[in-house]
Amino acid sequence: MELEPGTFLFDAWTARYALLNGLRVTITSSVFSIVLASLAGLILGIVLSYAWWPLRLLVRLYVDVMRGIPVLVLILFTYYGLALFRINVPPYWAGVIALAAFATAHVAENLRGAVQSVPAGQMEAAKAIGLTFPKRLWYVIVPQAIRRMLPPWVNTCLEIVKGTTLLSVIGVVELLLANQQVIARNYMVVEFYLMSAVIYLVLNFSIAQLGALLERRFSYIRY
Amino acid sequence: MSEQVLLAARGVRKSFGEVEVLKGIDLDVRQGQVVSLIGASGSGKTTFLRCVNLLEEHDHGDILLDGDPIGYRVEGGRRRRLSEAKVSAQRARIGMVFQSFNLFPHLTAEGNVMLGLTKVLGKGKAEAKDIAGQWLDRVGLGERRGYYPYQLSGGQQQRVAIARAVAMQPRLLLFDEVTSALDPELVSEVLGVMQKLAESGMTMLVVSHEMLFVRDVSHHVVFMDGGRVAQAGTPQEVFGNPESERLRGFLGRFHGLFGQAA
Repeated sequence: MELEPGTFLFDAWTARYALLNGLRVTITSSVFSIVLASLAGLILGIVLSYAWWPLRLLVRLYVDVMRGIPVLVLILFTYYGLALFRINVPPYWAGVIALAAFATAHVAENLRGAVQSVPAGQMEAAKAIGLTFPKRLWYVIVPQAIRRMLPPWVNTCLEIVKGTTLLSVIGVVELLLANQQVIARNYMVVEFYLMSAVIYLVLNFSIAQLGALLERRFSYIRY
Repeated sequence: MSEQVLLAARGVRKSFGEVEVLKGIDLDVRQGQVVSLIGASGSGKTTFLRCVNLLEEHDHGDILLDGDPIGYRVEGGRRRRLSEAKVSAQRARIGMVFQSFNLFPHLTAEGNVMLGLTKVLGKGKAEAKDIAGQWLDRVGLGERRGYYPYQLSGGQQQRVAIARAVAMQPRLLLFDEVTSALDPELVSEVLGVMQKLAESGMTMLVVSHEMLFVRDVSHHVVFMDGGRVAQAGTPQEVFGNPESERLRGFLGRFHGLFGQAA
């Protein structure tokens, strides 16, 4: 097939490095945010479930605040707000921090619910063999809770991937902004937005499939 | 019975809010003995068992294991609660088998038995695997060591739970109505394992409604009523000569298993 100047494929090919770079930014910022949020959410979820009450209250407050603020506001605040305190964070990392902070609240809350739904007998059996509290959590409660929170965790991952589009407002050239920059040169609005929509769809579909795979992999954890 | 007293309860009291569930329990379990607690629901049997393993804290009195108080130490004449780590160490010396098995669903039969061996007793993986294999063989489930709990029947799960408890080589094994959640045809396989354990000299404190098992296997039977020990003695004494109307009534409910049922 001939690639004529002025066709979609020609323009997409011409801009391939910019677009792939955008895709790379979308993927890496998603992965960083997901990893950070999962780790922090695991810790805060445990705090919500078991910690001394003032600490619990503090985390509860954090979770409720994070759930009540639009992600876009969080992103803008992290980028411009921190600059006011003379903390200069590159836009990419400001975005990752904001997304992670948002998703941490969701992971923590989901983990708390999952921990609560593990039957009380599991904790008692773990006590009865003499496991100390941290070991009871790590070897008995958390593995079961994680199995139970897989479906909401996958949802949170999807939210994060979609949320990376908001990083464009602070100038991070992720997939959406990369497309917009191409569109600004050629006005192929429909084609390039459609392409980005399809790419997001494929990314998220893959994550959902991966989640389903994990659920099947751990389906033996049942009562 | 001249064997050493392993577990001694003295005036053990426990309340849940306003309700006093244990109203001063005195009880001895000697080394190598099987002691059974019988009585109606709500008589405090299970609560007492849970106090022994610190799943509940008793309010007054002493529970001594090998002479050491369970759950607290005395310092300058005052009781102080033990730290979490010390409590865990005490629990490791006592095994417990539950009515609802409570196997860890994310671990295989073997993994369930190994967890305490590796993470509490600090044994190496190979050694723990070895011990787990031996105990699973002893309860007749050597072939199923790689199965997850959901792949096992109730009776099999309960036998794994017994292996998990006994593999820790506890000083004392507690059984909390371990056959009550089982289909009738699965009860005997679990009781069989318990009987073998009893014969091997394991010290056991058993809460059970299986009166024939209690009569045939126990050295000592304790009938509890309303949070108190109403009658205690050998199976012959308790089943053959029930002193109180309550005990006669209780035994009478077991389908006339015992001749003189009211």
